Amino acid sequence: MGKLKENIISFLDRHMHIAYPAPAMITLFIVVIFPIIYNIYMSINKWKIGLGSPKYIGLQNYIEAFSDPRFWNGLKVMFYFSGLSLSLEIILGLLIAVYFNKEFKGSNFVQTIYIFPFAATPVAIALIWRIMLNPQIGVLNYFLGLVGLPGSLWVSDTRTVIISLVLVDVWKWTPMITLIVLAGLKSLPRDPYEAAVIDGANAFHIFSYITVPLIRPVLITALTLRSLDNLKEFDIIYTITQGGPGIASETLYLYSYKTAFSFFKAGYGSTLIIIVFLLVLFFNVAMNKIRYRTEVL
Amino acid sequence: MNKAKIYKILFYIGMIILIIPPIFVFAWMIMIGLKTGVQNIEYPPLFIFKPTLENFKAVFQQHNFLKYLTNSFIIATGATIISLFIGLPAAYSIARYKQRNLSIGILVARMTPFVSYLLPWYIIFRKLNLIDTFTALITTHLIITLPMIIWLMIAFFEGVPIELEEAALIDGCVRSETFLRIAIPLSKNGIITSAIISFIFSWNQFLFSLILSGPKTRTVPVAVYNFMSYGKIDWAGIGAAATIIVFPVLVFAFFVKNRIVEGLTRGAIKG
Repeated sequence: MGKLKENIISFLDRHMHIAYPAPAMITLFIVVIFPIIYNIYMSINKWKIGLGSPKYIGLQNYIEAFSDPRFWNGLKVMFYFSGLSLSLEIILGLLIAVYFNKEFKGSNFVQTIYIFPFAATPVAIALIWRIMLNPQIGVLNYFLGLVGLPGSLWVSDTRTVIISLVLVDVWKWTPMITLIVLAGLKSLPRDPYEAAVIDGANAFHIFSYITVPLIRPVLITALTLRSLDNLKEFDIIYTITQGGPGIASETLYLYSYKTAFSFFKAGYGSTLIIIVFLLVLFFNVAMNKIRYRTEVL
Repeated sequence: MNKAKIYKILFYIGMIILIIPPIFVFAWMIMIGLKTGVQNIEYPPLFIFKPTLENFKAVFQQHNFLKYLTNSFIIATGATIISLFIGLPAAYSIARYKQRNLSIGILVARMTPFVSYLLPWYIIFRKLNLIDTFTALITTHLIITLPMIIWLMIAFFEGVPIELEEAALIDGCVRSETFLRIAIPLSKNGIITSAIISFIFSWNQFLFSLILSGPKTRTVPVAVYNFMSYGKIDWAGIGAAATIIVFPVLVFAFFVKNRIVEGLTRGAIKG
């Protein structure tokens, strides 16, 4: 009797690792993997949505991309926007996490207010920023005027548009980095800090020689997570500038969207999407390598 | 003593610097919604004015926002419930059997650009006559909610002490019982957390609804975006609509902040 029961349990155990994940994995395969395959297939075809059917053209779309100035512009904008916003978010996120790591009265309340932007709907918030950034009647230029600074054209000028968008992105997403790093800080061992204090190290030394090296793996995790969304930033840029003025803030991702859904070039659009996907993948693999290396150290 | 005082003052200055940007933007959003169209384009911007609720009324009466709020609610809730239903067993199995290949598959799902889903799904749903239906929107929202819930729950299930389950197995429970009677109740907090995070991300999702929804299933992000169409921008309307959309998520965030922190960080630090 006991033997039979044992058999049933072991039978279920053996099956569980397939039966339990199966529904989710099948769903994911259908909703995720199939579209990727479709895009790869589409990227070697030429098809204008609504006109005829896809025509096989080999790697022509990829060749077209490399001679398309708008492709290179998109790549440049993407690196500029992501490089700037990700580094600012990591630096500010770390500093603010160190700040919150010291318990003080009202800390919990301040943290709650501080994370609001992170939860807020991006499109709604981006529209409000768009109004605030208006060069003629926006409140930001009014504030600049109050302290005697000249107003900026913000998103209406090709030279300031990316920095302005970075400002919105940093406002919205730095809290997420802070939360992750803060949890990391709370789990750090106490001993190195006590030893450093005994040795007479000051706050700056403690921060740069103990906190930063210890927290580095968590920082890289936070950066990886954030980059997943940041490299594919759509809502904020699309709502505030639609890639303008001209194509000054048109990231490769936004360009791929426009190619497929404004210019209706499905084949070429898919090619651009595949390239974005490969870039994100490459960045993640690289980050993972770096993380493992720092963990070994 | 003196040094402690300086530290204290510095802390409060830091606090003010940190909360002014979020407070100001949200306050400004509400103020835009409370001003009339004319007041909104005045310069210098008005800080003191007689508030009007007309914009909020218009958002509900002329722009039918109650319907869009309902739509968003149905889609976010539907996607979250389905994701919990099929995601929890998957996360449990991945956590217990250390199925790294499956967790990598989930990461790939998170990496894939959303734009890449639009065309294939648009074509399929049009063939099936499902454009502008809840089926289409909930299905595509699973792309966001399912990986998120699995990924968060792996960390939570790993936190359930395996000794408890082993003891139950020795006592004659089958594995499915340990899952339902031990792992699930013990990770109740984690389940609530990941459900909330999943709901928020689905509520905020813009791109899928932009392409796949229509008059019947339009969600709130698309509805507010439409205030900007045709070259004319209805600022007062945007202020009121944005306030209405953001309000539920912020209430969520306010009451469950610590849970959100826990959920995000668990997944992140172990992930």
